[in-house]
Amino acid sequence: MIAETATLSSEAHQGPGGEEQTHVVLEAQHITKELGRGAGKVRALKGVSLSLRAGELTLLMGPSGSGKTTLLSILGCILTPTEGSLSVAGHSTAGLTPEQLANLRRQHIGFIFQSYNLFPTLTAEENVRVALDVRGKRGSEAVVAAQRALHRVGLRHKLKSYPANMSGGEQQRVAVARALAGSPSVMLADEPTAALDSENGLAVMQLLSEIAKDKSRAVLAVTHDPRTVPFANRVLRIEDGVIVGEERRAEGVETIHELARNRKRKANA
Amino acid sequence: MTFTLAFRNLFHDRVRLTVTLVGILFSIVLVAIQLGLYLGARSMIISMIDRAHGDLWVMAYGTKNFEEAQPINARDRYAALSTPGVANAIPIVASFTDWRKPTGGSTLVVVIGTDKEDGGLSPWNVVEGDVTGLGARDAVMIDKTYLQELGVKKIGDTAEVGASRVRVSGLTDGIRSFTVTPYVFTTISRARTLIDMPADKITYALVRLQPGADVESVRNAIQAKVPDSEVLTTAEFRTRSLNHWLFATGAGVALIGGAVLGLLVGTVIVAQTLYSSTKDHLNEFATLRALGSSSGYIHRVILTQAALSAVLGYALGMSIAMAVVYLSEHTALPIIMTPGLAALLLALTIGMCAISALSAIGKVMRIDPAMVFNR
Repeated sequence: MIAETATLSSEAHQGPGGEEQTHVVLEAQHITKELGRGAGKVRALKGVSLSLRAGELTLLMGPSGSGKTTLLSILGCILTPTEGSLSVAGHSTAGLTPEQLANLRRQHIGFIFQSYNLFPTLTAEENVRVALDVRGKRGSEAVVAAQRALHRVGLRHKLKSYPANMSGGEQQRVAVARALAGSPSVMLADEPTAALDSENGLAVMQLLSEIAKDKSRAVLAVTHDPRTVPFANRVLRIEDGVIVGEERRAEGVETIHELARNRKRKANA
Repeated sequence: MTFTLAFRNLFHDRVRLTVTLVGILFSIVLVAIQLGLYLGARSMIISMIDRAHGDLWVMAYGTKNFEEAQPINARDRYAALSTPGVANAIPIVASFTDWRKPTGGSTLVVVIGTDKEDGGLSPWNVVEGDVTGLGARDAVMIDKTYLQELGVKKIGDTAEVGASRVRVSGLTDGIRSFTVTPYVFTTISRARTLIDMPADKITYALVRLQPGADVESVRNAIQAKVPDSEVLTTAEFRTRSLNHWLFATGAGVALIGGAVLGLLVGTVIVAQTLYSSTKDHLNEFATLRALGSSSGYIHRVILTQAALSAVLGYALGMSIAMAVVYLSEHTALPIIMTPGLAALLLALTIGMCAISALSAIGKVMRIDPAMVFNR
């Protein structure tokens, strides 16, 4: 019932004048996932339905073992659901081969990982270019696109730096640039702030919320970091493989400066 | 980027790269030496047959190779000469005998008797003296490789063969025997004396055909006239000699076996290092997969790594192999490197590395891309 709410709520999302502001770029319906075999079989997801709209940053929050990462893997076309359907950018994933799923990821999905997953032997610019290279974008076009993505995340001065010579926050921003460079319809972030200190974590969330303002892109971040909530347009809560709540943040998204100001105000009070 | 990724993956761990390159290097050197020895042996085995430029060989029935032939009746030569289509039938005498060194002791040699005026099997690569000098009294020509073994140092030195004295009248370079038994060239009459062969005997009648004559017809015609002897084409004699020395004796099998072993060892070493390198970079490959790279893209990265290893290993291995080839040039068993063998070695190295890459590719293809979330 609550899972249905998440879907219906998204579908019904309208602007002040009643017109639909954004379109659905990812839609999952009645997703069930069983992991393991025989006696060890576990139902990690139990009929999850949700939609992601372009122009929104959605947080998926829940305790460890609640099925967040499994759901993220399915939404990212890395795992296939046992039951249910998934549609990304209008393409159904039903019956697709692993190679076709990879193609769908390549065209429509960008990932940001908890541990950044950068290539340690490549510079920041090269790390971004890899994501373009797998999409067939090469040569000067790729260099320009990679540099533009890194400029956008504020790493203009780190183009030639290797991950080992960058802070965690900088590495995560490279990962964001890598996900961004391919102009995906959906960006999926797995605990993007978990390995970062407070300042860098907030900076990365600020970046994601800005990226989510693009009306052609939806951003979903899996997290259990409450500091990230002010940046979200919507928060989904998952427990035991079921979406148990959805909160739409009608008051709007706070910027990192507003957040700092509010924190200072609270501290003074 | 596949090249950059492969290159960086490879050069990131210098120790592993060194191990890989050493593995390929040893494999290349081993295979190059074994196959080079095989080519060298092959060249030595068939050199007399090829240098004689004959179309047919009349010889004792069942002769297995050039050096070990029983005498045949000299009449067989005339039988060949009287066969339609035959332009010439040149007598050749060849047999093992003892060479007594002037310094004492003796060694086995193969005396080859042939007359230059007959257009038979004259020594080649003459570096000192002249073939015409063989007409002089007691004259013989030997290869300079065997000077020390024969106990002589220069032209004019003498030794004894059979009961006769011989004098070195000329030196050749590179006429070596697979059996490591020196060849001693002289005239046919002197050869008969040295090996104590009667005047009515020869070892071979080397037949040259008239232009346009059909080899098979002439062979059959000669064979019909000399039923106690055997008539072989040059190609057949070459094959029979090679089969005897390389395969009946097991020498060739050992050389080829060594080469195969080298390839196997190289493949295992490269496979092991590529596999462990891939295993170390597994999370990166999983990330690539999560980013949506196709299987082909990942295959290209691994195969480029393998190809880079192959090219580097080949370059290093060939440098060492060429040095060994150079050092063996003046030994009794030279190693031969031909452009064909060099190309074959490159192909084998690339093939070896490609096969080695299969295990790594198999490992990567079994990755669960979801592992990118579990770090």
